[in-house]
Amino acid sequence: LRLICTTTAVQRKNAGASGPEKYTEAFIKKQIEEFNLGKRHLANMMGEDPETFTQEDIDRAIAYLFPSGLFDKQARPLMKHPTEVFPEQRKIQWGEDGRPFHFLFYTGKQSYYSLMHETYEKFLNVQKHQDELIAQDLPLQKEKRNLAGSRWLTKIELEEMLVEKMSDDDYSRFIRLLEKLVALPCADLEEKYIQKFSKEVPAQLQKVLIEPLQYDERGVAFSTGEGRRKTASATAVVYDNGTGKITVNGIDILHYFPVLQDREQLLFPFQFLGRIGKHDMVCTVSGGGRSAQAGAIRLASAKALRSFVTEKEVEFMRQAGLLTVDPRVKERKKPGQEGPRRKFTWKKR
Amino acid sequence: QLDHGCALHTAARGGLSSVSSQDVPAENPRAVFHTSESDPAKHTEQHEGRLYNIPLEEVKAVFPHGLPYRFQQQIQTFNEARVMVRKPALELLAYLKGSNFAHPAVRYVIYGERGTGKTMTLCHVVHYCSRQGWLVLHIPDAHLWVKNCKELLQSSYKKDRLDQPLQASVWLKNFKSSNERFLQEIKTQKKYMWGKQESTEEGRPLGEVVEQGLARVRSASDAVGVVLREIKQQSHRGSFRLLVAVDGVNALWGRTSLRKEDKSPVSPEELTLVHNLRKMVRNDWSGGAIVTTLSQTGSLFKPSSAYTPQELLGKEGFDALDPFVPIPVPNYSPREFESCYGYYLERKWLQHEKAHTEDGKAELRFLSGSNPRQLDRLAGPL
Repeated sequence: LRLICTTTAVQRKNAGASGPEKYTEAFIKKQIEEFNLGKRHLANMMGEDPETFTQEDIDRAIAYLFPSGLFDKQARPLMKHPTEVFPEQRKIQWGEDGRPFHFLFYTGKQSYYSLMHETYEKFLNVQKHQDELIAQDLPLQKEKRNLAGSRWLTKIELEEMLVEKMSDDDYSRFIRLLEKLVALPCADLEEKYIQKFSKEVPAQLQKVLIEPLQYDERGVAFSTGEGRRKTASATAVVYDNGTGKITVNGIDILHYFPVLQDREQLLFPFQFLGRIGKHDMVCTVSGGGRSAQAGAIRLASAKALRSFVTEKEVEFMRQAGLLTVDPRVKERKKPGQEGPRRKFTWKKR
Repeated sequence: QLDHGCALHTAARGGLSSVSSQDVPAENPRAVFHTSESDPAKHTEQHEGRLYNIPLEEVKAVFPHGLPYRFQQQIQTFNEARVMVRKPALELLAYLKGSNFAHPAVRYVIYGERGTGKTMTLCHVVHYCSRQGWLVLHIPDAHLWVKNCKELLQSSYKKDRLDQPLQASVWLKNFKSSNERFLQEIKTQKKYMWGKQESTEEGRPLGEVVEQGLARVRSASDAVGVVLREIKQQSHRGSFRLLVAVDGVNALWGRTSLRKEDKSPVSPEELTLVHNLRKMVRNDWSGGAIVTTLSQTGSLFKPSSAYTPQELLGKEGFDALDPFVPIPVPNYSPREFESCYGYYLERKWLQHEKAHTEDGKAELRFLSGSNPRQLDRLAGPL
């Protein structure tokens, strides 16, 4: 199964933690000065006020002045603050006499080990507090953290935070330690520390708004839905109190879709909900081919039917795949091949 | 297909027909869809939506060549011929019953979308007329005469016309088997020469003309022409009623897909059969009726969405048929759909478990769009 969408955190490689300094501090300072100067010049050019020229304005101005047709957004011209452009990197870790600043420098992974030490210290703190409470026979506070809505930092994010590379084993050790810490009943003592390493899971359960039913002049309830499938786009209006008649672009479905398969596709949402003869539908569709249009109308009608149906049934429809947009589109033809996958005929000589 | 009806074959036709002869009220659900009235003359609106039985011998006698192919297969499977009584057919029968035969023959054109039952309506009317004792001139599909003809002979009668011996002989054979009795009664009124030697004298029964046509295939088309002319003239006199039933009448005025030897296209007038048939369909005779059907399925060079008389007949055909009574045939009404569905269920044609449920019925109704042909094709694999 290919991951269709990956988070940018996974994709971005941490370039800052590898190797010694590539840019001196003075160089970075100079870049910052140049950036600010350039920002003021740009503001003047665009006729805006240099004092209130934000990063968004800069982006817009650059896109206007240097229009680029490249598909990759990261390849287009950009002007950002040097701290965003040049990755963060470690300053020299030792003084003039050659003595390192940090006491764990010679372990090789000083930030990692210092972090582990700190976390373990907190752990011991909490345990001590717990023992005190038990000794005094006080009830232990048990407020459960909301574990469902948060996640730990990923390895890459942690590397970024510490500006130091670490291995997978190290990372898993650290996470295990954090879990142990959180598992203790009095862990809310160190809540603030733990929050540094946890992130809110972005609302996956984004509630899709279900539109309420609309009523037309005759008092009949109806609702609209839109759907797309592979270059075909369709809009469907589903009316209540109907006889099961369906019209596509002004033509009856029996004439518009002579093939049984297409009509079965149209039938599916209604059949799933058991409402075959109860609704009328008027749809418009354009683009695509015969099958694509049928799929588009199916999606549009399923979306329209959500308004007529309870939430549980909406959930059933979603699990049945009636409400998901089909992501399959025609694959691009590659050079050196005859089609997207087919290679040219192989001749031995 | 034949496997399905197997179980009921030996359930004896005798048993079935005895059950169907009683019109049992609603406690026996099968009878709601059937009616015992096998005489079309007695069909009224109360029988609408129901299926009536035609005994198989009658089927062979009356319809040697008229029924649609799928219906013939269905007859073979179910071992009975059940035709649904529908409103257009009832309308036509009412007109026929009330028509005055002294006036010139009225033309009826049955039209409708594809697969809605026009040919079946025609067959219903043909059955009625044959029961009533009319002489039935049934041309199963005029499109067969304007396409896919392997042999075209130049006509000996008129130089610029073309003969089609194969089609003509096939038609003569079927005509003979369906109207035996009339062929003995009708006598020719003129002397006809077939080639140099043979001739048919005046006063000979028409059966001889038909035999002549069948024996000498070269002159079959001319024989057909003779038969048609004789019948037309004599029905005028009133000794019998004539029904001209043509299926796919738009073939007579369209284009043909035939070509002459020099690759020039043949127009319909140049075919003897078509020419004679056009003369029959003109309403210059009285004592009968002309019932025709438009058909897009076999038609040549016409778009598949065309179904009105204007589109399918073209200007020429429309003018030629001009004062006609149009009879539209729609898809199944809900009641008709129920009865067709009930019939399939009862004959165990629908084997799928889901097909027996209400949902299955709604699904079938949706997917077929209440179109008889679609329903038939859908129910096939189930």
